[in-house]
Amino acid sequence: MEALVHVLMVFLILANLRLLGGTRLNVCIVTVAAQGAVLGLLPLLLHPLSLTRHALTIALAAVVLKGGLFPWLLKRALRQAGVQREVAPYVGFTPSMFFGVLALGLGAALARKLPLPAPDASPLLVPVALATMLTGLFLIVARRQALMQVVGYLALENGIFAFGAVVMKEAPLLVEMGILLDIFVAVFVMGIMVFHISREFDHTDTERLSELKDWTP
Amino acid sequence: MMLCLLLVGVPALAGVLAFALRAALPRRALLIGAALAHAGLVASAWAKRPAAAPEAWLALDATALWFVTITSVLFLTASVYALGYLRRDAATRSHEDEDDPDDDSIFQPVPEAVFCGCLLLFLAAMTLTIMSRHFGLLWVAMEATTLASAPLIYFHRSPRSLEATWKYLLICSVGIALALLGTFFLAAAAGEGADLTLGALARGGARLDPRWLKAAALLLLVGYGTKMGLAPLHAWLPDAHSEAPSVVSALLSGTLLNAAWVGILRLHELCVAAGLGDFSRDLLLLFGLVSLAVAALFIIGQRDYKRLLAYSSVEHMGLLALGMGLGGAAVTGSLLHAAGHSLAKGLLFLTAGNLLAAFRSKKVADVRGALTVTPASGALLLVGLFAITGAPPFITFVSELMIVRAAIADGRWLVAALYLVLLAIVFIGMAAIFLRMALGAPSKDGRKPESRLAWWPPLALAILAGVLGVFLPGPLTDLLREAAQAFGGTP
Repeated sequence: MEALVHVLMVFLILANLRLLGGTRLNVCIVTVAAQGAVLGLLPLLLHPLSLTRHALTIALAAVVLKGGLFPWLLKRALRQAGVQREVAPYVGFTPSMFFGVLALGLGAALARKLPLPAPDASPLLVPVALATMLTGLFLIVARRQALMQVVGYLALENGIFAFGAVVMKEAPLLVEMGILLDIFVAVFVMGIMVFHISREFDHTDTERLSELKDWTP
Repeated sequence: MMLCLLLVGVPALAGVLAFALRAALPRRALLIGAALAHAGLVASAWAKRPAAAPEAWLALDATALWFVTITSVLFLTASVYALGYLRRDAATRSHEDEDDPDDDSIFQPVPEAVFCGCLLLFLAAMTLTIMSRHFGLLWVAMEATTLASAPLIYFHRSPRSLEATWKYLLICSVGIALALLGTFFLAAAAGEGADLTLGALARGGARLDPRWLKAAALLLLVGYGTKMGLAPLHAWLPDAHSEAPSVVSALLSGTLLNAAWVGILRLHELCVAAGLGDFSRDLLLLFGLVSLAVAALFIIGQRDYKRLLAYSSVEHMGLLALGMGLGGAAVTGSLLHAAGHSLAKGLLFLTAGNLLAAFRSKKVADVRGALTVTPASGALLLVGLFAITGAPPFITFVSELMIVRAAIADGRWLVAALYLVLLAIVFIGMAAIFLRMALGAPSKDGRKPESRLAWWPPLALAILAGVLGVFLPGPLTDLLREAAQAFGGTP
C-alpha cells in the first residue's frame, strides 16, 4: 500500500506540472479531473483496514463527481464559450512550471515546520497536498481565462482534499457529502456564469472584466 | 433540535417550491409566508429557548439566537420591500419584451422564480450557518450562502452585474476553500478521531496542539474574513453590493456579513476556551483597525452612493471585530452593534433602491434635492445617515459608546484615539455626500410618486433602530450578557 500511495503522489505532482504548463483548456480540464478522481481513492489506500461502507460511499461519490460530472460540466461550458486555449497568461508557461517545482519545495519546508500528530502517514503526503493547493492558487491569479480560474479552484480543492484525507480518518458522512455537494454546485454555478460571460462579452478573458472600480472619472 | 431543523427546513422547502411555481402571485405569497413563518419560529425560541447538549451540531445558543433574530427581522422587512421591487421590475421587464421580441426568454427560467427561490435558500443557508456548532457543517453552510446569493447579484443581467457576480463567486469560493483547510487544521490540532463540534473541542481546549490551532485560526479568519469583508480581504464587497438589486444589497450587508462573522465568533470562542484568547483578540483588533482605516479612505469623496454604503459595511465589520478584539465590556458593545449596523444598513440600502428608481443613477452627482423629488426617501436618507454614523438616539450610538468606553477603561488610548478619529472622518465623509443628495435644487423635475411598499419597510427599520437605542428590553440584555460570556466578555 505504501508503494501505491507513493505512485499516487508522483501522479499528483505530474498533474500539477501539466496544469501549470498547459495551454489547451481541454487538456487542463481533463488533467484536473483525473487528479480529483485519483485523489478520491486516496482515503481507501491510506486506511486500508477500515474499508467500511461509509468510506466506500464517499470514495465513489468523489470519483464520480470529480472524474465524471465536473469535466462534463466544464467541457460543456467550454463548447458554449467557444474558447480553446489560454493565449496570453499573466505569467508565462515556463516560469509557471518553475513555480510548480518551487511550490513542492515550499510544501516540504512548511510540512517540516508543522509535524502531523499522526506520524504513520507517508512523508510525501503533506508536501504534495500543499504544493497542489499552491498550484491551484497560482493558476487562479496567473491565468486570464475564466475557465482556467475554475480549473485552479478545483486544483486548490484537490490539494485541500488530499490534506483532509491525511488528518481526518473518519469525518461524518453528512459533512463529507455536504462538502462534495457544495463544490459540485460551485462548479455548476461557475459554468453557468462562464456561459453568460461569453454570451455577454464575446470573450471569457477576466482581464477585460474591469469596469467596476473606485476613482473612475 | 426540532426547532433548529424547522428554522432551516421551512425556508429551504419554500425556496425549492418557489423554483417550481409558475405564477407570480402564489410565489410572492410564498416568499412572505416563509419569512413570516421564520420570524414566528424565532419568536417562539425567545418565548422558550430549546435546551441543547454541548456536543449538538445545531443549537440556538445565545449567540445564535441573537444573530438569527437580526437575520429574521431584516429578511422579513426586505421581503415586504421585495414585493414592491418585483412589481416594479416586472412592469419594466414586460415593457422591454415588447421592444425586443426575440429575447431568448424560453432558454432561461423565469428570473423572478430564480430570485424568490434563491432568496429563500439564502435565508435557509444563513440560518444554518448561524446555528451550526460543528466546524465542518459550518463550512458547508457558509459555502451554500455564497452559492445561493450569487444568482441574486446577477438578477439585473447587465455586464456590470455579471462582472460583480464573477468576482464574488471566485473570491469568496477561494476564501472559503482556505477556511476548509483551516477546518482540517483544527482536526489536526485535535488529533486522531476528533469530534469537530465546538462543545467537544472547547472541552478538550488545553489538549489542542497550539501550533496547529494557531495556523487553523489564521486560515479560518482569512477565509471567513473574506466573506465578511474585513479589509484587506474585502475586494468583492463594493462591487457586489453596488451591482446587486438594492433589496439584495440590504440582505448581503445586513445578514450575510453577520453570518460570516458568526463563523469567526465560533473560532474565537474556541480560542478563548483553549487559552489562546489573547492571540485571536489581537488578530481581530488588527483586522478591525485596518478595516476602519481602509473604509474611511474610500468613503471620502466616493462618487457612487451604493459603493459608499458598501464601504460603510467594511467599516462596521471592522467595528465588530475591533469590539471583540478589545474584550471586556466591548464584547457586549460589539454584539449589540451587529444589530445596530444591520438595521441602519438595511434602512439605507432600501432607501438607496428608492432613490435609484427615482433618479435612475447610482452617481452621487446625479442625485440632488431628494427631499423635494421623493420626500419620504429623502427624509429616510437623512435618518439613515444619523442611524449609521452612531448619532443618538439610535442603537449604534449606544454600542459605539460601549466600545470606546471599554477601550479607555482598559487604558488603550491609542486604539481609542484612532477609533474616534476614523469614525469622525467617516461621519464627515458620509454627511457631506448625503446632505448634498437630500438637499439643494432638485436634479429632476417634479415629484416622483412612491408606493407604500417602498418606504414603509425602511421606516420600520428606522423606528426599531431608534426605539432600541432608547430602551433595551430586559430579556435582550440578558441574552447579550450570556452570549458575551463565551468570548471572555464582562457585562
